[in-house]
Amino acid sequence: MISEPFVIEKSRINRVNPTTRVVFATAYSFIVALSYRFPSLFTAVFLSGLMVCLSGLNLFAVAKRLAVVNGLILFIWLILPFTYSGEPVLDIGPFAITRPGIILSAQITLKSNAILLAVIALISSMSLVTLGHALSRLRIPEKIVFLFLMTVRYIFVIESEYLRLVRAMKIRSFKPGTNMHTYKTYAYLIGMIFVRASARAQRVHQAMMCRGFKGKFYSLYKFSSTRLSWIFSTVMTASLIGLVFLEIV
Amino acid sequence: MNKNSSPIINLEKITFGYPGGPTVIDKLDMKFYQGDQTGLIAPNGSGKTTLFHIIMGLIKPSDGKMEIFGKPAIKEEEFSNIRGKIGLLFQDADDQLFCPTVLEDVAFGPLNMGKSKEEAIDISRKTLDSLGLAGFEDRITYKLSGGEKRLVSLATLLSMKPEILLLDEPLTGLDTETRLKLIDILPNLDLSYILISHEIDFLTATTKQIYTMKDGKILLDDQSYIHKHEHVHQFGRIPHKHN
Repeated sequence: MISEPFVIEKSRINRVNPTTRVVFATAYSFIVALSYRFPSLFTAVFLSGLMVCLSGLNLFAVAKRLAVVNGLILFIWLILPFTYSGEPVLDIGPFAITRPGIILSAQITLKSNAILLAVIALISSMSLVTLGHALSRLRIPEKIVFLFLMTVRYIFVIESEYLRLVRAMKIRSFKPGTNMHTYKTYAYLIGMIFVRASARAQRVHQAMMCRGFKGKFYSLYKFSSTRLSWIFSTVMTASLIGLVFLEIV
Repeated sequence: MNKNSSPIINLEKITFGYPGGPTVIDKLDMKFYQGDQTGLIAPNGSGKTTLFHIIMGLIKPSDGKMEIFGKPAIKEEEFSNIRGKIGLLFQDADDQLFCPTVLEDVAFGPLNMGKSKEEAIDISRKTLDSLGLAGFEDRITYKLSGGEKRLVSLATLLSMKPEILLLDEPLTGLDTETRLKLIDILPNLDLSYILISHEIDFLTATTKQIYTMKDGKILLDDQSYIHKHEHVHQFGRIPHKHN
């Protein structure tokens, strides 16, 4: 199930215009991703942490999400310092830890955490539906937005169909093993999901035709800009300039 | 039935069979008049849903003549005009509700018919109000309960201000409360409708006449009328006769 653990309707961040949040989250991610100097990277992590704290999200949930990504980053720390060529710092048997390897790993760690925290604070805190509407306000082609919203809408339906099939397998005491029967059953399961999804798509299309669909979609939503949106935009612009300044000068 | 005026749906010798399957609809004749509120009760697989899809032009009959609102209905353009005036309620509400929020879904029909955004929102709010769904505008469609989904689906049709409703088993999966709500809503809509259901009590409460289907045809003669009186007994859901 897709859950939206960071969507808290009444949180402070949700008083800021969603479109503005998408714009600044994107700009911020690009600037952080293209930064290499440690002063700017540490500042970015600090700023992102500040965003999370100020946005009024559940800090425990954020930490859990962060742990998942840092689990992957751990693998980078296990591989990169040993394999990257450069001046060795420490020799462990036949392996050598290189200085550029450590620097690169540290950069990756700081960048990913900073970007992740900012995206959680600014984007994960809005519902997927709001995100779709914000994208359409940003003049992202309506077909892409529609594809996104349809995916969100029907992934739940397809999932419940998948669960029904799995249940049907379980009640007839199916136990997966390493044998032809298991492979065949899973192939049927996947095949059946595709068949049902396609049949569903056909029925949805028919229902849309019945309501006079002529290939055009309409968005009804407008977002208002509160005073908090203006404050947010100003602070974010200043932070972005600051980050670029730290990186260049 | 108002026999003086001409029928708004007139089917003559309509025939249809799925590829490789038996004939589902066989030389079916049907006349449906303004103001008719008709029930259709028949076993599964007798072609009720197929009949609805033929009327909406979603599938093409292999033979026969069809006139809707006094005009022949064969080509796709002809159907796209007809579809605005006939609302089809699908069996599965998840097929019908595809927009993220309730308001967008209800406004989808009016917008397609060329209404402005403001008009569409206004019509949608009024329709939701009339069905007791005020305050549902910003609810996410896939998070609604089964009963709410069915009522919102009905709202998406009513917002198009149709002249005829085709309701395909609207009771499936509903709790008693929503059933009673539908029984209360339908006859008071002041619309012509055809209603497919397996539930005789529901049909007697909401329709003026009930027909059945057999061998790909609609049976209209008095002999084949299923109950006109309300009564309860075992196996009452299955079409049957009393002597």
